[in-house]
Amino acid sequence: MPGTATLVLLETTTTNLRSASLPAISAARKLAQANGGPLVGIVIGSGIGAAAQDVARYVDKVLCCDNAALAAPLAETWAPVLVAAIKKIDAAALVASATSTGKDVLPRVAGLLGAGMASEIVAVTGAKTFRRPSYAGNALTDVEVLTPVVVATVRQTEFPPAAPVAGAGGVEPLEPGSIDTLGSEFVALHASKSARPDLTEAKVVVSGGRGLKDAANFKVLEELTDLLGGALGASRAACDAGMVPNDLQVGQTGKVVAPELYFAVGISGAIQHLAGMKSSKVIVAINKDPEAPIFQVADYGLCATWESTVPPLIAQIKAVKAAG
Amino acid sequence: MKILVPCKRVPNPDLKLKVANGSVELAGTTWQVNPFDEYAVEAALRLTEKGKGGERMGEVVVVSIGPKDTSAQLKQLLAMGANRATLIAGDDSELDPDRVARILRAVVDAEKPDLVIMGKQAVDGDDNQVGQILAAALGWPQATFLASILLAADGKTATVTREVDAGVEERHVRLPAIMTVDLRIIGKKAVRNEALAPATAEWEDTQRLASLKGIMAAKKKELREIAVESLGVAGGILVKTRHHEAPPARKAGVKVASVEELVAKLHNEAKVI
Repeated sequence: MPGTATLVLLETTTTNLRSASLPAISAARKLAQANGGPLVGIVIGSGIGAAAQDVARYVDKVLCCDNAALAAPLAETWAPVLVAAIKKIDAAALVASATSTGKDVLPRVAGLLGAGMASEIVAVTGAKTFRRPSYAGNALTDVEVLTPVVVATVRQTEFPPAAPVAGAGGVEPLEPGSIDTLGSEFVALHASKSARPDLTEAKVVVSGGRGLKDAANFKVLEELTDLLGGALGASRAACDAGMVPNDLQVGQTGKVVAPELYFAVGISGAIQHLAGMKSSKVIVAINKDPEAPIFQVADYGLCATWESTVPPLIAQIKAVKAAG
Repeated sequence: MKILVPCKRVPNPDLKLKVANGSVELAGTTWQVNPFDEYAVEAALRLTEKGKGGERMGEVVVVSIGPKDTSAQLKQLLAMGANRATLIAGDDSELDPDRVARILRAVVDAEKPDLVIMGKQAVDGDDNQVGQILAAALGWPQATFLASILLAADGKTATVTREVDAGVEERHVRLPAIMTVDLRIIGKKAVRNEALAPATAEWEDTQRLASLKGIMAAKKKELREIAVESLGVAGGILVKTRHHEAPPARKAGVKVASVEELVAKLHNEAKVI
């Protein structure tokens, strides 16, 4: 049987914890309580000594695996490091946020260990029991992991960002052992350049769909987005049509968002889109089709074309803001 | 080039899901190939196409684990152009991602493909695990969430792009490898085998449908059925599904008649602007 420690993979820059990992700490803290043991963070990368110190503010201890060959998050090299860490501290669980890195790396760890894994959990209900969405969020599923070690990714929108805890943990180096990329090589990240907040962290999200018809028409949505200090999103249909890059996609197979305010403009509301946004606090739908399913989840529905509504909406929000 | 494409059948994702008495009721649903797996088949076919002379070079083998009537979905994939199919007959309720990956490992050991391509996730379980676990079990590299695949002329490496949170990531991968595909893999120029297709090659901007000719040709193709027990894969499931329930419904909203009313509600009632 494993021990009582809970391990959480934390993504960092060279100097700081990434905010995408904060919900994983909250979920892992809950799991650590169920396991009755310490919460241990692990950071992996190259030149991440400062980041390890930043991470230490949130957890009871940090394992820092700092090696030039681990700079890029390759599952081939990171998964064996995580296995070594689990063995070193005799961990009962490994947790990470369901970022593209978490989703890539953690199942490989589960595979190496022969451990059961729960994906994108929305609640920790016990040391081995979790709630997670399935069928594009149309079912909430309770699962039990039957193996001694538990692996789980965390849906970021469903856990609050963790705050630093009193009594900072110490940082302990972890030797990576032999590193084998299996021939995989990181070449480049072609990052989307945007001054806007991250889609998954923005307080306001303005999304456009097929109804926008053309990439150029997203300009007016961008104006609304920037007026509200929000992030721009899109339905799969708009991404598939090439109107906007795919990393703006909100939905079952894109990003899951839960902002204070969500605008769905020209989006019909396919099940797959609703899966990515229906936890938003306030949903506004603008669609010319009165039968569009998006109206069934919208707090405020306006049945009209985007052309006739978004420009006056921008003008009137400006007026409200000006009036203070 | 031999490419193995594991495919799952899923309930029609556009039908309203019935959740009652702690379980998902699938009686009366229609079944289809998981969309991402269909995209994987399309990608695999493209890697064998557009060579000089137009003959396809290479073999695409599809495999599914499921009840016997999953043969309907495999026939569709044969009609799309896959060369042969294997149905591993077994009970869905005795499967989890780890079990599926261990069964697929036995298939890979027997088939010895150069490449395994599959969907990044099935749209029923939404686990997004099998490809990665299979790669771990085989000790193979993994390239997940792919938007494009460029297979090198020597057939030994590929340059891929991946859909990641921050944008698009480019990697080199050594074969044999596990690849899992995302939506954009069916773009016009998303997939190409340098040994066959020129840089100018383009495909339809979607996955192909089964043509009448394809359906006729599929009748002569091998569709082998084997029992899951015959593979001798030890162990059981590692994750037990205990209970399903419907998510809480959002409370009914209101229709507003004008932009003025909308702005007033957002400002005074919801207090979000």
